[in-house]
Amino acid sequence: MSKQQPTQFINPETPGYVGFANLPNQVHRKSVKKGFEFTLMVVGESGLGKSTLINSLFLTDLYPERIIPGAAEKIERTVQIEASTVEIEERGVKLRLTVVDTPGYGDAINCRDCFKTIISYIDEQFERYLHDESGLNRRHIVDNRVHCCFYFISPFGHGLKPLDVAFMKAIHNKVNIVPVIAKADTLTLKERERLKKRILDEIEEHNIKIYHLPDAESDEDEDFKEQTRLLKASIPFSVVGSNQLIEAKGKKVRGRLYPWGVVEVENPEHNDFLKLRTMLITHMQDLQEVTQDLHYENFRSERLKRGGRKVENEDMNKDQILLEKEAEKTFCKIKKVFQMRNTALCFQEIVGEVSIHTLQCLWPENLIF
Amino acid sequence: MSKGLPETRTDAAMSELVPEPRPKPAVPMKPVSINTNLLGYIGIDTIIEQMRKKTMKTGFDFNIMVVGQSGLGKSTLVNTLFKSQVSRKASSWNREEKIPKTVEIKAIGHVIEEGGVKMKLTVIDTPGFGDQINNENCWEPIEKYINEQYEKFLKEEVNIARKKRIPDTRVHCCLYFISPTGHSLRPLDLEFMKHLSKVVNIIPVIAKADTMTLEEKSEFKQRVRKELEVHGIEFYPQKEFDEDLEDKTENDKIRQESMPFAVVGSDKEYQVNGKRVLGRKTPWGIIEVENLHHCEFALLRDFVIRTHLQDLKEVTHNIHYETYRAKRLNDNGGLPPVSVDTEGSHDSNP
Repeated sequence: MSKQQPTQFINPETPGYVGFANLPNQVHRKSVKKGFEFTLMVVGESGLGKSTLINSLFLTDLYPERIIPGAAEKIERTVQIEASTVEIEERGVKLRLTVVDTPGYGDAINCRDCFKTIISYIDEQFERYLHDESGLNRRHIVDNRVHCCFYFISPFGHGLKPLDVAFMKAIHNKVNIVPVIAKADTLTLKERERLKKRILDEIEEHNIKIYHLPDAESDEDEDFKEQTRLLKASIPFSVVGSNQLIEAKGKKVRGRLYPWGVVEVENPEHNDFLKLRTMLITHMQDLQEVTQDLHYENFRSERLKRGGRKVENEDMNKDQILLEKEAEKTFCKIKKVFQMRNTALCFQEIVGEVSIHTLQCLWPENLIF
Repeated sequence: MSKGLPETRTDAAMSELVPEPRPKPAVPMKPVSINTNLLGYIGIDTIIEQMRKKTMKTGFDFNIMVVGQSGLGKSTLVNTLFKSQVSRKASSWNREEKIPKTVEIKAIGHVIEEGGVKMKLTVIDTPGFGDQINNENCWEPIEKYINEQYEKFLKEEVNIARKKRIPDTRVHCCLYFISPTGHSLRPLDLEFMKHLSKVVNIIPVIAKADTMTLEEKSEFKQRVRKELEVHGIEFYPQKEFDEDLEDKTENDKIRQESMPFAVVGSDKEYQVNGKRVLGRKTPWGIIEVENLHHCEFALLRDFVIRTHLQDLKEVTHNIHYETYRAKRLNDNGGLPPVSVDTEGSHDSNP
């Protein structure tokens, strides 16, 4: 510590304490006030339990008045994009979550044009962001870019279908793909393992780039490293969703009641729901980053190379933009760690005696999953 | 009991039935049913036993086709139905065999025997159905195959030197596997059933029914039934072919309550309550295939094999085949398709 004049945050016990260690607190308070944004896209055939899973993940009802169309209506329909935004607040932290649903995907007899609508939606969001970023007033850029795409794979097949492969190849350079095996209670454990292996092999065979969890850094503690390792080994996650409370073993759990037993949604032996939720929460920040640094930058360079409307802005403030970006990146890196911890905290189900205003709560040991 | 001509009976019996002798009519009368009280045992009922012996000697054919997307458990179900490995499972394919680009038709025949009765069972598989990105008209190869079998039979029938027993390769029953989405039928399901319900007996089956809870199952079944009704799709047992009241009530019950059957198939056995049962073992319980509380496999099996097997064959022969034959003869101007010194009209009864 440098021997400078002590500022107002004097901790009388430690001489020479400056106080900029309180910087994270300020960042935390600011970001809590600002709130977080996250856009999640769900893609998959109808009837795979997408809506139920989303409702289970975020413990809300995103689709209160839902009418399920019959087969005849589905013949006429093309793929549509339906975005629903919901503001979830927990312990003072606000999350503005947008779920982009794609009804009609995979329903038609001829699915050749299924993904055109979806791809153009993703591109549109990038386009809008690019336009806002290069504009004059950059204070309130709304980030509607798709940060993550859950792709639902049917558990009834023997692996990936031709449609799955074609779709993933079309969007793996635009969005983070997280493959998810839906309705996992259809499968026995052996069948599940076999299916996961088969899917991973096919993904590798077709060179599909799915989202890879970043390895735990070496200065993290063992628990976190172990957890990351477990998460990585379980991809693709096989999940079961439910919002019904069933009585099992004397307590009420969320699950599905069958004549032969109860499938518990939050039991790690039954399915990977908890792992999926953990992954989403601890890596929300990383997902946003990869979208920004990789997919968006790809899109941007493609776009600017092609010319288009932004030609005149290109030379003008390019250097300035770059400099600003560098500065922002350094500051962001400090923000990154704490935002990650904050979002993880906010979605904990178990009520802990954790005070938000102490630095201690930001360290990993106290994170409970 | 229908009676023969009065002269063949003894006078004593006759006097009870007919007050005065009547002249023999020029045209044979339509048999009139009169409840005759037999004075002794004739032995007419032994014809059942004779038929049974005959059937056991000749055995019989049964051709069942399974249609549905890959992975819905078709082969497992057929193996479970006939309790033997009559269908090669797709999961035992080696890695190089991918999903075929067009719908293929693979027919595999087996002879299975039970209680002295031999059955030549042919399972017709349709890999590639509904698996492509573009599934337009993927039912056409299937329709073509079915019509080809009718054509083959027709050609045999029309021959002068007919075989004593024409080999029957016609599809008697088509099990259509519906994916258990829990929502409704898919457009492909509707299109397939619309096109093929007039050509073959379709029995819709909800595959992998262990995906759904009891409420979801009954809701889904109701919705599927309603959709089929709205689109005028007649699945087997078709309403128009019910012969009498007894059939009608029995079939109505099946049509409106049980169908489509929600089934689970398995070829592995597990120990439950001291018995060995076919089932699927999961961390949360064992699903018993033959337990009516768990799934309706037993109902499907009884329906297809134990009660309606002969009826399936008869409807195929008397109705679907006859429709095809009539169409063919009409197209040919009332003449049979094969012009090898054959007569014009004939009625055939195998």
